[in-house]
Amino acid sequence: MISKKGKLLTGVLAGFLALSLVGCGTTAPSNPNAPTAQAVTLTGAGSTFMQPLLAQQIAEYSKQNANVTINYQGVGSGAGIKQVSDKTIDFGGTDAFMSDEQLAGAKGGKILQLPMTLGAEAISYNIPNAPNELKIAPTTLADIYLGKITNWNDPAIAADNPGLTLPNLKISVTHRSDGSGTTSIFTHFLSAISPEWDSKVGKGTSVNWPVGVGGKGNASVAGLVQQTPGAIGYIELAYALQNNLHHALIKNKDGNWVAPSLDSASAAAAAFQVPDDMRVNIVNAPGAKAYPIAGFSWALVYQQQSDKAKGTALLNFLNWAIHDGQSLAPAMQYAPLPTNLVSREEAMLKTVTYQGQPLLK
Amino acid sequence: MKQNRVKESIGDTILRLLTLLMAVSVVGLIIWVGWQMFASAQESIHTFGWSFVTNRVWDPVKQNFGALPFIYGTIVTSVLALVIAGPIGLGVAIFLNEMAPAKVRSVISFLVELLAAIPSVVYGLWGIFVLAPLLRDHVEPWLAKWFGFLPLFQGSPMGLGMLAGGLILAIMILPTIAAISREVMAAVPDSQREAALALGATKWEMVRIAVLAYAKSGILGGVILGLGRALGETMAVTMVIGNRPDILPSVFAPAYSMAAVIANEFTEATYNLYLSSLVEIGLILFGITLVLNAFARLLVWSVARGPKGGHLV
Repeated sequence: MISKKGKLLTGVLAGFLALSLVGCGTTAPSNPNAPTAQAVTLTGAGSTFMQPLLAQQIAEYSKQNANVTINYQGVGSGAGIKQVSDKTIDFGGTDAFMSDEQLAGAKGGKILQLPMTLGAEAISYNIPNAPNELKIAPTTLADIYLGKITNWNDPAIAADNPGLTLPNLKISVTHRSDGSGTTSIFTHFLSAISPEWDSKVGKGTSVNWPVGVGGKGNASVAGLVQQTPGAIGYIELAYALQNNLHHALIKNKDGNWVAPSLDSASAAAAAFQVPDDMRVNIVNAPGAKAYPIAGFSWALVYQQQSDKAKGTALLNFLNWAIHDGQSLAPAMQYAPLPTNLVSREEAMLKTVTYQGQPLLK
Repeated sequence: MKQNRVKESIGDTILRLLTLLMAVSVVGLIIWVGWQMFASAQESIHTFGWSFVTNRVWDPVKQNFGALPFIYGTIVTSVLALVIAGPIGLGVAIFLNEMAPAKVRSVISFLVELLAAIPSVVYGLWGIFVLAPLLRDHVEPWLAKWFGFLPLFQGSPMGLGMLAGGLILAIMILPTIAAISREVMAAVPDSQREAALALGATKWEMVRIAVLAYAKSGILGGVILGLGRALGETMAVTMVIGNRPDILPSVFAPAYSMAAVIANEFTEATYNLYLSSLVEIGLILFGITLVLNAFARLLVWSVARGPKGGHLV
C-alpha cells in the first residue's frame, strides 16, 4: 500500500516538474557562441523562504553561465525534503534541517545540508496610537501565544515598557496556517525559552496552536496584523518592513533589547559553533547584539552524485551562491552568511563525488 | 448498396466503441482517483480507525490527528451559505423568470452569472480587506446586541470566522442556485401558468402553485449543487475562516474547513502519517461531495422525467 502511495506522489511530482520545465524553458537563453560546455538543466524544490533570493541568484548565475538552466520551485520545505529523498530532483531547500530519521529514508545515500542564507522574523503588532519598538520579553511572548496574557494592558507588558500606557484592548493572536519554516523557527524559539510551550505545544512546521487565527503565507499574516486592532503576529523581516508594520524589540539571552535586522540576525548566527553537519538552530542566541528569532535555510545535496555533468554544474552553482551570490542578499532583506561558515561549506562541497572523484576543484 | 451499408455499420461500430471508451474512461477516472486516495490514506485509517472522524485534536507535533473540527467547520459554513444564498437565489430566479421585463432580465442574469466568474482568491482578498472589518466593527456587534442570548451570536467579534466564511460562500454559490432554479422554472410549461391565472390566482399564487410546485425538486437539486461547491471551496474560505481547528458554537468564532487544511498543510506534511491523514480528509470530502452530487442529479432527473406538477402543495 505504501509503495503505491509513493508511486502516486512520484507521479504527481513528476507532473509538476514537467510543467515547470515547460514554464521555465525561456529563463536562460542559449547563446549559440557560448563555449562548448554541455547544456545542463538542474531542478530544485523546497523552501519558499529562500526562494526569492535563490531566484535572484539563479538569474544572475545564468547570465554568466548560459549552458546551465536551474529551475527551483517553492513547494515548501516538507515537499522539498520528500522530493530529494525520492531523488526526483537534483537539490532541495529547507528551513528546518532534516532529522536523522528523514536522512535515513533518503534513497540516494548521504545528504549534505548547506546553509544558504539567514533570516530574521519580526514580531509585528497593531495597537492604535502605540509607538514602534514596543518591548516584549520572551516569556511574555510565550504567554501571549499560550493564551495566558490576553490584553495589551497586562502588567507583564507594562513592566517592560515604563512610561507607556497601553490601551485596554484584546490581543488577537495570529499565526501561519500553512506549514512553514517561519513557524518552525518561531516555535523553536518559544520552545527554547518556555518549558510550558515545549511540553504543551512543541515545535514544527505546523503546530496545534492554543489560541489565535491563522493566515496563509507571510503576506496574509501581515494583512491580518494590519487589519486587526490588537493583533500580534510573527512575520519574515522583509514582509514586516515592506508593509511598514510596527515590530517589537525582543530581549535576547544576554538581556539586551534587540530589534530584528540583518545585522542582529548575523550576530545570532555568529554566536553559535556550527557543528560539522551544519544542523543548528540559532534561536535564542547568546551575544549582546544577537536577535533571538532567526534561522538558516539549507540546500540539500547528495554526497554521491550520479551524473557528472549535472553534479559539476550543481556544485559550481552552490559554491558561487555561498560566495559571490551572497552579495545579492542584503538588498532583499536576507542576512549574508558569516565568512567562517562559508569556508567550511566550501570544504563540505569539495567532499561531493562522482564515482569517487571530487567534482569541485 | 449492400457493401455500402456494411461499411457504414463498421464506422458506426468504431464510433460506438470510441465514445463508449471515452465514457468509461471518465467513470474509470473517478474510481481511480477514489481508490488511489483510499490507498494513500491507509496508514492513517489503520492508525486511527473510526476515531479519526470523532477526534477533535489536530496536532502534527504529537502525531495526533482528528478530522472532526474540519468536518464541523466545513458543514457549518456551507449550511450558513445555503441559508443565506438559497432564498436569495430563489428570489432572483422568480423575479427574472416571472416578473422582470426582458431587458432587465438579461442585464440582471448577466450580472448574477458574472459572480461565478470571479476567481475565488479575489473573493478571499475582498473578504479580508472589506468583509472582515465590516463584520468586526458593525455587523457582529449588532448581532451580539440583539441576538446575543443565543449561543450562536456570543463571543468577541473578530471579523474572521465562520460567519465571514459562510457569507463569502453564499456570494459564491448564489449564481449556481439562481441559474439552475431559473432553468428549471423556465422548463415549466406556460399552460401551467395560464391555467393557474385562469382560475383567478394572483401572481404569487401562480408562482407558488404552478411554478414552484412543478419545479421544486429541480430547484432542490440546484441548491444541493451549490452546497457541493461550498463544501469544496478552498481559497476564499481559508482566507477568511481564521484557520483554527476548534469546535465552537458561535458563528463569530474562527474555524477550519477540510479543503483549507489540505491546501495549507499538504506542502509541509513532513512525515507519512501526517500526509496520510490529510489524504484521508480529502477522501472524506470526496465521499461527501460525490454522494451529494449524485443526490442532486437524481432530483433534477426526477423533475425532468415528465410533467407531474400542478398539484396544490
